[in-house]
Amino acid sequence: MEYELFLRYGPALLHGFGVTLLAWVVGSFGGLVLGFVIAVVYRWSGRGLRTLLQAYIELIRGTPFMIQLFILYYGGPGIGLVLSPVQAGILSFVVYGSPYFAEIFRSGFNAIPPGQIEAARCVGLTETTIMRRIILPQMLVLITAPLTNFVIILSKETAILSVVTVPELLYETQTMAAETFTYVEPFLVLSLCYWLLVIVTARLGQMVETRAMRHLKRA
Amino acid sequence: MDFSFGVILHNLPYLIAAAKWTLLISLVGMAISIGLGVFICAARMSRARWLAAAAALYISFFRGVPLLVQLLIFFYMLPHIGLDLPAIAAAILSVGMCSAAYTAEILRGAFQTIPAGQTEAAKALGIAPASYWRRILVPQALRLGMPSLINELILLVKVSSLASVVGIGELTRVAQNITGQTYRPLEIYIAAAAIYFVINLIISQLGRLAERRMQLAGGARLGV
Repeated sequence: MEYELFLRYGPALLHGFGVTLLAWVVGSFGGLVLGFVIAVVYRWSGRGLRTLLQAYIELIRGTPFMIQLFILYYGGPGIGLVLSPVQAGILSFVVYGSPYFAEIFRSGFNAIPPGQIEAARCVGLTETTIMRRIILPQMLVLITAPLTNFVIILSKETAILSVVTVPELLYETQTMAAETFTYVEPFLVLSLCYWLLVIVTARLGQMVETRAMRHLKRA
Repeated sequence: MDFSFGVILHNLPYLIAAAKWTLLISLVGMAISIGLGVFICAARMSRARWLAAAAALYISFFRGVPLLVQLLIFFYMLPHIGLDLPAIAAAILSVGMCSAAYTAEILRGAFQTIPAGQTEAAKALGIAPASYWRRILVPQALRLGMPSLINELILLVKVSSLASVVGIGELTRVAQNITGQTYRPLEIYIAAAAIYFVINLIISQLGRLAERRMQLAGGARLGV
């Protein structure tokens, strides 16, 4: 195995890793925000809107990410939505992640005893204050584990963006492999990189979780 | 560009024919996943330390690396080590082996809810470990893990779209090909998405049916 190859392609691979991180972080954050909005709207809306949101959640969760990406990237121009690969990648990431995040938030909302919310209403707190000061602080602690879990899943889905020529880590590795006719080593090294990324993120998630949960451990 | 249903109708037979490959990849992948998953789970729960460590490493690796990367490794590596399998075999194998890691963890979760008293009772009755696993533990674990396993099958249907990258003519690939001929990506990909959605809807409904049947056959809930 030739190590000079990795040196020669180092800058490109590093750049690819940067794009992977960008898509992952921006995509996850966007999905988190959109998911939260969906969950809140779901909570406060009537039956009609709920059915609509449910349909959105089911549709996105029932179709492959790659097809969603293709609809956005290749089908988008047909309805006047012309996006660069990176833009399409991040946007489809946001859309793909949002229903999963929404479901996590919804389960978090349901975990708060309704008595607390009724009591808060009785003492005259507004709905936004109830959300901000009573539901969110308790809920975020409960849902740290599933949230990190899904963010980790998203980190691996970034590899799919390579299919629409987003210059992320897998794409750069494929370029390297194709130019140098070495396939096995680059992909093995690549898989180690992703593995490391996932392990580090999982560790970080565990640290956040133990820190957030520490007040519950005393009982 | 206006949305044209004619394009969809005209190409629907090809898409549905391709969906058979999608189903093949996900169903055979699921069979590998369960078969292999049981062994990995057994190894993971084994008292032999090295066996448990090896299983943990397997699970960690296959859950920690993007499936697309695994698929490419399989696709390029198998010929490299002298195993000249067709692309479809590489796809099914990588999908199955990746999913086996998840299945093993699902089954482990299920095994842990089976009361320890059953193990003791089986020992007291002198049932051999192998037949204890085969006739008592695994059937119960499969039933307990059923909802998660159905979920995994749905994931596999979606994940089989990755096989298009190594040139297998499953639903996504055929949709790409048709798009290349018709220049109608929006319609074709939406149609493909709809087919995936319908497949998953059918699987989840069948799963719900199977769950209900198993619960009736099994009587009371386990592990209370």
